[in-house]
Amino acid sequence: MRKAVFGLASLTCPSCMKKIEDALTGWAGMGSVTVFFHLEKVRVEFDENITTAEEIERVIASLGYPIIGTKIA
Amino acid sequence: MIMFIHKQKKKITFIAGFLLVLALVLHFTGHHDMRQLALIVATVIAGIPIAIKAFQAARMRAFSIELLVTIAVIGALFIGEYVESAVVTFLFLFGDYLEARTLEKTRSSLRELVDLAPQEAVVIRDGKSFTVPVEEVEEGDRVIIRTGGKVPVDGRIVTGQASLNEAAITGESVPALKESGDKVFSSTILDTGYIEIIAEKVGDDTTFAKIIELVEEAQESKSKTEKFLNKFANIYTPAVVVLSVLVYILTRDLHLAITFLVIACPGALIIGAPVSSVAGIGNGAKHGVLVKGGEVMDRFANVDTLVFDKTGTLTKGKPEVTDIHVFGNYAEQELLAWVAEAETASEHHLGQTIVKEAKTRGLDFNHDPEDVKVIKGNGLAATVEGRVLVIGNKKLMQAKNIIIPAAVEQYAIEREKAGNTAIIAAVDGKVAGIFSIADQIRDDAVAALGELRKNGVKKMIMLTGDNKHTAELVATKLGLDEFHAELLPQDKVAYVKQLKEQGHVVAMAGDGVNDAPAIATADIGVAMGEGGTDISMETADVVLMADKLMQFSHAYSLSKATILNMKQNTAFAVGTVFILLIGVLMGSIHLASGMFVHEASVLLVILNGMRLMGFGRKSSLLARSAQSALA
Repeated sequence: MRKAVFGLASLTCPSCMKKIEDALTGWAGMGSVTVFFHLEKVRVEFDENITTAEEIERVIASLGYPIIGTKIA
Repeated sequence: MIMFIHKQKKKITFIAGFLLVLALVLHFTGHHDMRQLALIVATVIAGIPIAIKAFQAARMRAFSIELLVTIAVIGALFIGEYVESAVVTFLFLFGDYLEARTLEKTRSSLRELVDLAPQEAVVIRDGKSFTVPVEEVEEGDRVIIRTGGKVPVDGRIVTGQASLNEAAITGESVPALKESGDKVFSSTILDTGYIEIIAEKVGDDTTFAKIIELVEEAQESKSKTEKFLNKFANIYTPAVVVLSVLVYILTRDLHLAITFLVIACPGALIIGAPVSSVAGIGNGAKHGVLVKGGEVMDRFANVDTLVFDKTGTLTKGKPEVTDIHVFGNYAEQELLAWVAEAETASEHHLGQTIVKEAKTRGLDFNHDPEDVKVIKGNGLAATVEGRVLVIGNKKLMQAKNIIIPAAVEQYAIEREKAGNTAIIAAVDGKVAGIFSIADQIRDDAVAALGELRKNGVKKMIMLTGDNKHTAELVATKLGLDEFHAELLPQDKVAYVKQLKEQGHVVAMAGDGVNDAPAIATADIGVAMGEGGTDISMETADVVLMADKLMQFSHAYSLSKATILNMKQNTAFAVGTVFILLIGVLMGSIHLASGMFVHEASVLLVILNGMRLMGFGRKSSLLARSAQSALA
C-alpha cells in the first residue's frame, strides 16, 4: 500500500466530498480514501500493483476537479 | 471545452442573473414572448455547468446533487415552468459562488498556517553559500539566516545571535532572543541579527511540519456530532429518494416529487459541524494551541476536573534566585560574584542557578576558584581571590565552626516557610548573606486558573513528586481544591483513574516526560509543548506550544464555544430541512423559493462557523489595553 495526497483546485459544495469518496472507493486497488474538505485535499492509500497515482488523478479530474499538486509517499 | 465552461462559471452566473432581471423588466413591460425567451436562455446557460458536473459524476457512478437539480430543471422546462427553471439554476450557481467566497475565508485560517512554511534556504557547502529549495537541506548542513529571513529547518545556532519571532510555533509574537547553542525552529522569522545554524531536523521531521500534520489530521478525527451526521446523511439521502418516489405514487404530481427531491438535499447538514470544528481548530493553532480534532473538542468541552503537575506546569520548572540578603560588610553584587565564582566548580543545580543569576546580572567572574571542596548534600568550600568561602546549609556552617547569629537563623526560617531553599554564604569565617532560591509559580497561573474556574471547571487538583511543604505553598497561593505530594508517576496514574471512576471528566496537564502515563490515562491529556518535544506532542490531545497556562484557558473556552457553535449549526440545518419539507408537502414552498432558503441556510451555517475564527480576540484586546493603561 502506498499513500498519495492530491491537492484540488476548489471544493465548494459539501456534496463534492461524498462524490469523490464514492467514486474512488469503488475503484480497484484502493485502500482508505479521505477527502479533506477544508484543505481541498484528497488522501488515499492504494495498491501500486493494481492501480497508479496517475490513474487516481484521472478519476478525480474526470469528476470535474482539476488537480494542482500530487505528493506520493 | 469542459474546463473552459468551469472557468467561466462566475461569468455564466452573472449573465444568468442579468437575464433574470431582464425577464422581470420584460414581464412588466408586457413583452411576454421575449420574457419566456430570456428565461429559457438563462436556464440553458446556467444549466450547462450543472449538467456537465452531473454527467461527470454519473459516468463515475457517483451520486450528485447536480443530477437531482438537472432532472428537476428538465422537468420544469418540460411542464413549462420557465421562471422556476431559470431561478433554480441561477440560485444553484450563485449559491456555489457565495459558498466558495465565504469558505475561502474560513479556510484561510489554516492556509495562513501552511503558507508560513519556508521555501528556500541558504546553505554553506565547501565554503561557498548556495540558495537551495528547502527540501534539499540535509541534516548537518550549515545554514545562514539573515534579518527578515525565515528559519528553513530545525537546528542549533553555532554562531551569531538574533531575536526571533516564533509566532508560527508558539503563537507568541514577542521576539525571543537566541544565541549560540540555542535551538531554533523552522518557519520562525528572524527579526534582527544574523545566525548560522547546523540543521538537526529537516523536511517532514521539523516541528513546524509536525504541527501542520497534526492540524491536518485533526480534521480527520471527527466529533460525535459529525460522526452522527455522516451516518445520518448515508441513510438520509436514499430515504429522500424513496420518499419522493412515494410522494409521486401518492399524488401523481411529478413536479411536487422533484421539488421534494431537490429541497431535501442535506447541504447545511453535511457542512455545518465540520465548518465549526475547522474554524475552532484554526483559531487554536493561531493562538499556539493544538487541539487534535473535533472529538477532542467534544470531550474537552465536558471536562469538569483539572489535574496539574506542579514542577514545570504550574511553576516555571526552572529554579531562580528570588532574593539575596546581605548581613556583613560586603555589597550584594560583590558577594554574588564571589559565590558564583566558587559555584562554577559545582555540578549542583542550586549552585548553577546562582551562577546563572550572576551571568544575567552581567557580573564579571573569570578567576578560577582554588581549594574547592564539595561536601555532598551540604554545599562547598573554596578560596576566591584570597577569601575563604563556605556556601551551603546550616549543617555545613556548624561543621565549619561558623556561628549563625539568631537574626540570620530567623531570616533563613522565614525564607524557607515562603517556599525557598535558603543557602548561607560565609566569607572568612563570618556569615555574609543568604541566597533564596525557588521555583516560581508561572506569571499567568493565577489569572488562567481563575478564568478556567469561571468557565466551568469544578475541581482543580495538583499532583506532585515534590515535598509536602512546597506543594502546600503552591496549592494555597493558587487556591487549588486539593493537592497530593510525594507521588511517583504510577501514583499519579492511579489517582487520575480513581477520579474517572468517580464520574469526573478529567483533563491532566503536565510537562511531558514523567507525566506521560497520567496524561495518557486522563480523558484529555494536555502537554506543555516546550517549543515542541516530540513525545508530548504525540501523546497529548491538546498541546500548549508556548507553555502558557493562559493558552490552556483559551483552549478550554474555545472548545466550549466550538461545540456550542456545532450544535447551533446542526439544530439550524435540521430545522430548516424539516420546515422546507413540510412546506413542500403543504404546497406553500416551490422549487425556486425552496432553493433560495436551502442555499441561504448553507451560507448561514458557514457564516456562523466563521465567528469562531475571531474567538478570544476581544478578551486579548482588552487585556492588552489594560496592560498599556497600567504602563
